[in-house]
Amino acid sequence: MQIPAPFDYVRATTVDNALELLTRHGPDSRIIAGGHSLLPMMKLRLARPEWLIDINDLYELDYILRDGGELRVGALTRHTTLLEADEIAELFPIVRDAEQVIADPVVRNRGTIGGSLCQADPAEDLSTVCHVLGAVAVVRGPAGERTLTMPEFHRGPYQTAVGQDELLCEVRFPIRPRTGSAYEKVERRAGDWAVGAAGAAVTLAEDGSIADAAVGLTALGLDQTVAGVAGLLRGKHPSEELFADAGRLAAEASDPVADQRGPVDYKRHLADELTRRVLRRACARAAQTAAQTQEG
Amino acid sequence: MTVINERESNPAAGDPDRPIGYGRIQRKEDPRFVRGKGNYIDDLVLPGMLHGAILRAPVAHARLVSIDTTNALSHPKVLAVITGKDLEGLKLAWAPTLSADVQAVLVTDKVRFQGQEVAFVVAEDRYAARDALELIDVEYDVLPPLVDARKALDADAPVIRDEIPGRTDNKIFDWEIGSAAETDAVFASADVVVSQEVVYPRVHPAPMETCGAVADFDPVDGKLTLYETTQAPHAHRTLFAIVAGIPEHKIRIVSPDIGGGFGNKVGIYPGYILAVVGSIVTGRPVKWVEDRSENLMSTSFARDYIMQGEIAATKDGKILALRTNVLADHGAFNATAQPTKNPAGFFSIFTGSYDLQAAYCKVTGVYTNKAPGGVAYACSFRVTEAVYLVERMVDVLARKLEMDPAELRLKNFIKPEQFPYANKTGWVYDSGNYEAAMRLSMELAGYEDLRREQQEKRAKGELMGIGVAFFTEVVGAGPRKHFNIVGLGMADGAELRVHPTGKAVVRLSVQSQGQGHETTFAQIVAEELGIPPENIDVVHGDTDQTPFGLGTYGSRSTPVSGGAVALVARKVREKAKLIAAAMLETRPEDLEWEKGRWFVKGDPTAGKTIEDIAMAAHGTLTLPEGVDGNLDAEVTYDPPNLTFPFGAYICVVDVDPGTGHVKVRRFIAVDDCGTRINPMIIEGQVHGGLTDGVGMALMEIIEFDADGNNLGGSFMDYLIPTAMEVPDWETGFTVTPSPHHPIGAKGIGESATVGSPPAIVNAVVDALAPFGVVHMDMPCTPARVWAAMQGRARPPV
Amino acid sequence: MQISMTVNGNEVSSEIEPRVLLVHYIREVLGLTGTHWGCDTSNCGTCVVLMDGQPVKSCTVLAAMAAGHDIRTVEGLATGATLDPVQQGFMEEHGLQCGFCTPGMMLTARALLDKNPHPDAGEIRQAISGQICRCTGYATIVRSVQWAAAHPAAVAGAGLEGAAEVLDGTDTVVEDVATETDDAEVKA
Repeated sequence: MQIPAPFDYVRATTVDNALELLTRHGPDSRIIAGGHSLLPMMKLRLARPEWLIDINDLYELDYILRDGGELRVGALTRHTTLLEADEIAELFPIVRDAEQVIADPVVRNRGTIGGSLCQADPAEDLSTVCHVLGAVAVVRGPAGERTLTMPEFHRGPYQTAVGQDELLCEVRFPIRPRTGSAYEKVERRAGDWAVGAAGAAVTLAEDGSIADAAVGLTALGLDQTVAGVAGLLRGKHPSEELFADAGRLAAEASDPVADQRGPVDYKRHLADELTRRVLRRACARAAQTAAQTQEG
Repeated sequence: MTVINERESNPAAGDPDRPIGYGRIQRKEDPRFVRGKGNYIDDLVLPGMLHGAILRAPVAHARLVSIDTTNALSHPKVLAVITGKDLEGLKLAWAPTLSADVQAVLVTDKVRFQGQEVAFVVAEDRYAARDALELIDVEYDVLPPLVDARKALDADAPVIRDEIPGRTDNKIFDWEIGSAAETDAVFASADVVVSQEVVYPRVHPAPMETCGAVADFDPVDGKLTLYETTQAPHAHRTLFAIVAGIPEHKIRIVSPDIGGGFGNKVGIYPGYILAVVGSIVTGRPVKWVEDRSENLMSTSFARDYIMQGEIAATKDGKILALRTNVLADHGAFNATAQPTKNPAGFFSIFTGSYDLQAAYCKVTGVYTNKAPGGVAYACSFRVTEAVYLVERMVDVLARKLEMDPAELRLKNFIKPEQFPYANKTGWVYDSGNYEAAMRLSMELAGYEDLRREQQEKRAKGELMGIGVAFFTEVVGAGPRKHFNIVGLGMADGAELRVHPTGKAVVRLSVQSQGQGHETTFAQIVAEELGIPPENIDVVHGDTDQTPFGLGTYGSRSTPVSGGAVALVARKVREKAKLIAAAMLETRPEDLEWEKGRWFVKGDPTAGKTIEDIAMAAHGTLTLPEGVDGNLDAEVTYDPPNLTFPFGAYICVVDVDPGTGHVKVRRFIAVDDCGTRINPMIIEGQVHGGLTDGVGMALMEIIEFDADGNNLGGSFMDYLIPTAMEVPDWETGFTVTPSPHHPIGAKGIGESATVGSPPAIVNAVVDALAPFGVVHMDMPCTPARVWAAMQGRARPPV
Repeated sequence: MQISMTVNGNEVSSEIEPRVLLVHYIREVLGLTGTHWGCDTSNCGTCVVLMDGQPVKSCTVLAAMAAGHDIRTVEGLATGATLDPVQQGFMEEHGLQCGFCTPGMMLTARALLDKNPHPDAGEIRQAISGQICRCTGYATIVRSVQWAAAHPAAVAGAGLEGAAEVLDGTDTVVEDVATETDDAEVKA
């Protein structure tokens, strides 16, 4: 078997302790949570931290709680927890859509939302989900806590705004009424990284027209949401033509690279196709939610 | 339609009350496996055992300039670092392959594929061994790689095997079979001729357990005990004697529980030899177990055939002839595990299940900068490639003729009365009833309804495909006069001992990798001797305890060793008859056999059971002249012919028109493997092979980039189906016993791997018919399917 | 570093290098070789063990990270001679061939049944979708888990090698093959 190079290991007991350890051990230390991205890289000796700071004991970061107009999710919340939480599925069906196709059930038992977002793999699904939901990342460091929007947080492939001495602690999702969301991924096999995926969130106005919308792409060369989607859709009633226009916009915004999962033209096509699908589903879900709100 | 019922088909199964022998019983090996008490190679720990690790080449083609092992040797836990230079001194730098070539054990002159073995570290523990690999400094002079077989014979292609004096190109062999002239003549006068390039990409057997070895050389008595993941322990013993120069009686090969083989564990890999060298050098046992990347990048790949197919037919659908020209990529060394006289394995059975007037094939083997191998992954010596070619060609023809693919097949099958059937490339098919199997599969599938549903779906723009494939396997190699591997005839031995209390031990030359030998072979003895299978132990995998034979691959265990075991049991039964006659004070010819006992004809109460006879044989009875005091026997079985299992497969797929994603909705497999010993095990073998087919058809491929980098070097990139990609298999069977096999059994291990890929690809292509697609190559990934829908289908290599 | 954890109900404690993978700790330090490994990238699931009741891939968990937790391996499935219904199910329904992925599959099945005593076939497939079996084609694994779900009481005696056969020769069930219902059979 492949085996990591030697390192020292320490378990953080609190968030403050984790931050202290990060400061103490400096740039050669790495945080480990689920470990399913970091450990394989260490086995290949492509990552060689001198210190691993294990944050799995920070139960204070493992929570899902509704706080007024926000849902707050601790960074150590496991994928399985996110997948199984009915409250999340109700408020943000995109999360369950995505979690069902993130890695596999066993990996999901270990992997965390914080780890996924901080790894920022271009084929990672939750970054897209957080972008389209307008999530906010709460990061703590020696200088205290800062709150970053996803565009501020997520700087590109494998890059985030989290400093070496900082820790992502929480992700906050704004709860919006009359909103629906959806995620769809094409993969070569269950558990494979995405060939391409898209996520959408749509808020409907009282009259059923689109009040707000966001579309994001995974593994298709776009780190932020598709620009112009909200502008295109706002004020209009959902229709196949509208979804097609948005799909075209997404395809144009995508900038995929060819790899074993597919050539550029196919991936660009997926940006289009999947955008249409997730918008269709997000609109339907939004309409359903709106109807329920009305009934309620 | 006559489909033979299992019970009726079984020549020995007359009495429904018989308590023993064939049938669905739980496996005897399972209790240890479900308790985690299997004993696989990496479970083995010997006192003082050291650990080896291999440094591998990072590039595909490079001159080796220098290796500096100083730093590695100074690691406190490292005992030895072995390089190609060291092996040259021992005359072990190059080892013979199974195809009359040689393979570098460690690079001496030039790296010839990415992942090739460069140096071997022996250390106190596996972590230290791995660490020390990083301390070896190697300088390479990188050369342009050749990874495209189509360019291997170009004048400017780099010569990969330039260490061979006089070699100026990359051709390994040209091999042809069938009559070119006759075939050309039939083609010239045929109504319809269609051509298609069909590529079977490079794939890998990738058993869940990687390859490994523990070598234990005893310097005092000079005996080497080598625990190895091997499907052929006896052949390995002889080969090690030849390679390492250790006298054969001083070599014991032990193949423990094997975590899947699929042909991956037939060859002798450099790692095994290095473990032996490591043990000799250090005087301590050395374990070497490859990691997954090493497995995928350096050990036996499979397929890699580029096939130009042509099929000739009359306009009303009578297939007349087949012709093919194949470019076979054998990698950097010709290490293909196959019978000596068959450089393309059994590919010449590409005539399939059809009654043809002529057939011709030419295969050209070439070297490339890729890992060696070629025959593996349940291919039955390249019947996979052959069946895939013919079954794709028949579908291409069906499209051209606008005929239903099932009807076209039914029209052209070899008919039951034509068996034994001599095809145009030298095979004599033993028995078959192809139409019965085809019609049964169509009935199970509800074929007509499926076609109706397809029409309805097409009208709505939905893409549903129905794929039909029929295969004839050729397994059980084989008659010694025709088949040998490096000069060893492909026969197998069996020894049977019945202990005084009537419990038996049967010793086999073949080695299970999960096929359930401990159960199946016990059942064969049970059937023949009339003692229950639980009273029979099966011993295998240890050359010091078992008779010589060539091992388990090519679905040969039941056809060859199954024959040996039936015959050795019959030999014991005959001996028992002589002893029973002495016990009953009568003549042997007055005795009759039934249900585990000999009794006096006309007086069923006067009889002796095998238990009685075993005790008497070992007891004080005065034995008849020439009968010695035991109830043991041994045989070596040289099969008179191969066996020809067959099957009819129907696959139903749904293709997402927007993404190209293929979902296998249903798969109906009707198999005929002759006499069925344990239907549960047979079904399991079929299920596994069908899953292989889904893997190859939809996702598995070992690709290389232009720099020679292996793009399938981990399970992140080399995808194997999970439970999500495969349907709930629907199986059925017919039974057409082999006329020449002692119990009529034909073998089943690889049938489904052979037969399922064309069924799936035919289904995908059928789904894409509205787009005018007549062919696409595997793997049918979403991107490749979508490209085909755009009219841009492309070969994977 | 010093670690301790509970493995199959027993407290264990060892001095290890921090980089020791849990799979190596279980196999090589504790000698519990029923847990296998099949890849380096957490893709194959051969190495699955239960950590606090949840399946995890022990090749991608450090032993140090498992310290203080409750680990259950295949050796902890049976209670003496009493097999877990999952183990019995795998034997009944031919849920294994080479046996290499089997321990991980059975542990995931155990965790699934603990959470969902009556999973449907789709739920079983989903649960084992992070684990590769190269032999069985999965259908018999699904049936094995369903067998276990239908027979929730532990199975005493069966499967204890040798001893079981000596004590109870009836655990090998010979069935009339013609009554098999899983195969689509056609009689003459």
